[in-house]
Amino acid sequence: MQSNPQLNEHGELRHLLSIEGLPRDVLGSILDTAASFVGVTEREVKKVPILRGKSVFNLFFEPSTRTRTTFEIAAKRLSADVINLNVAASSQTKGESLLDTVANLSAMQADVFIVRHASSGAPYLIAQHVKPHEHVINAGDGRHAHPTQGLLDLYTIRHYKRDFSRLCVAIVGDVLHSRVARSLIHGLTTLATPEVRVIGPQTLIPTGVESLGVRVFHDMREGLRGADVVVMLRLQSERMRGALLPSAQEFFKHYGLTAEKLALARPDAIVMHPGPMNRGVEIDSAVADGPHSVILPQVTFGIAVRMAVMSMVAGT
Amino acid sequence: MSTLPDAETLCARLVAELRPSVGPNTAMIGLHTGGVWLAERLHAALGLIEPLGTMDIAFYRDDYHTQGLARDPKRTQIPFSVEGRDLLLVDDVLYTGRTVRAAMNELFDYGRPATISLVVLADRGGRELPICAQHCGAKVEVSAEMRLRLRRGGDGKLKLELERAE
Repeated sequence: MQSNPQLNEHGELRHLLSIEGLPRDVLGSILDTAASFVGVTEREVKKVPILRGKSVFNLFFEPSTRTRTTFEIAAKRLSADVINLNVAASSQTKGESLLDTVANLSAMQADVFIVRHASSGAPYLIAQHVKPHEHVINAGDGRHAHPTQGLLDLYTIRHYKRDFSRLCVAIVGDVLHSRVARSLIHGLTTLATPEVRVIGPQTLIPTGVESLGVRVFHDMREGLRGADVVVMLRLQSERMRGALLPSAQEFFKHYGLTAEKLALARPDAIVMHPGPMNRGVEIDSAVADGPHSVILPQVTFGIAVRMAVMSMVAGT
Repeated sequence: MSTLPDAETLCARLVAELRPSVGPNTAMIGLHTGGVWLAERLHAALGLIEPLGTMDIAFYRDDYHTQGLARDPKRTQIPFSVEGRDLLLVDDVLYTGRTVRAAMNELFDYGRPATISLVVLADRGGRELPICAQHCGAKVEVSAEMRLRLRRGGDGKLKLELERAE
């Protein structure tokens, strides 16, 4: 059996490629470390010197302003130097291979690569070829994984609900195309969450998803009943063109989160969304801005989680 | 090897020594983990007005490049403004002085205190930086291969112990 490519010989986090395969203690350690960084982000000087002198390369082969920005803020708060590369618009279009691009950046003394790529597995390929002192963090690869988003979701749930051992978490919407959903499901099952549900139309639920340990619901009302946490997924407008969905209005009617549907969940339920939101498509404005919503705290926690991951990998 | 001094006696001695210098502008910060235990005791005995601050210097260590990030760092919590304050920085054992250096760097990211005084239960020598304690329970001789650390029993009593360093 191949050893876990994310861990070094001491079982410490060397790359973050996927939540799948991360041992429970490593997952817990990331969340604990993030809690300390939340303290840093709340003070006057929001910066610690720990990555001083290190270079973090934001390597985005697929555009994503928000994710790139949160990694950039996180790296700067660790005192690292950040270099942003929008590779989609540079060398690759001139025909350079992925590994050649990385080798070139490596020659510029990189320490951490933050990689976003449209192809599943691209960060793994890079991780296999980097030097021992270089580290790779997956910032989203194809439909496969988005581990830091999954981690910040886990952090948010733990912040509000403390303990995973009695929780019912419902994930609603386009699970099929969602790397966020996949990462979160792996994290929740690793932390022994007793009930994880996915809710959506048959066309947007991957076949065989039950094997990940989740229950599938096509009726949203039924699926929300008794949920402690409701995670809404973004309906990607580019999917609307295909035959998967009749229309955005139709989707909202069946799978949009309204106050009336949310009332079926537990009275203290929290509502999460990875952003960017489509108001009136997957979530009603009254819910997005309502008392159950923790969507903006998720963004704040996301910075601390990314600080934790970067400072852990760069120290191994 | 000489026997270790009783931590409870040293703690009482520190309280008596600190009492005359404590004023309305005094605030206290304990360093995780042993320093927080000691600070909790001193803070209560001295009846300080400001709540106790706690600090974990993991993000300010100078050995990150060789040791990596310390496992599961605690959250630094300073529930008062340090600006213009007379601070008592509390740790259990003073050794190389590197922890205190890191703590002072972190403190200055919170503001500019008027003064910082270092309070330790035991000073084992072996300093690598120009740092000394203003208030010290006792000087203890410990050989380099041993580690001196504070323990807190189930009854809340403090105790100094020696263990072999890794």
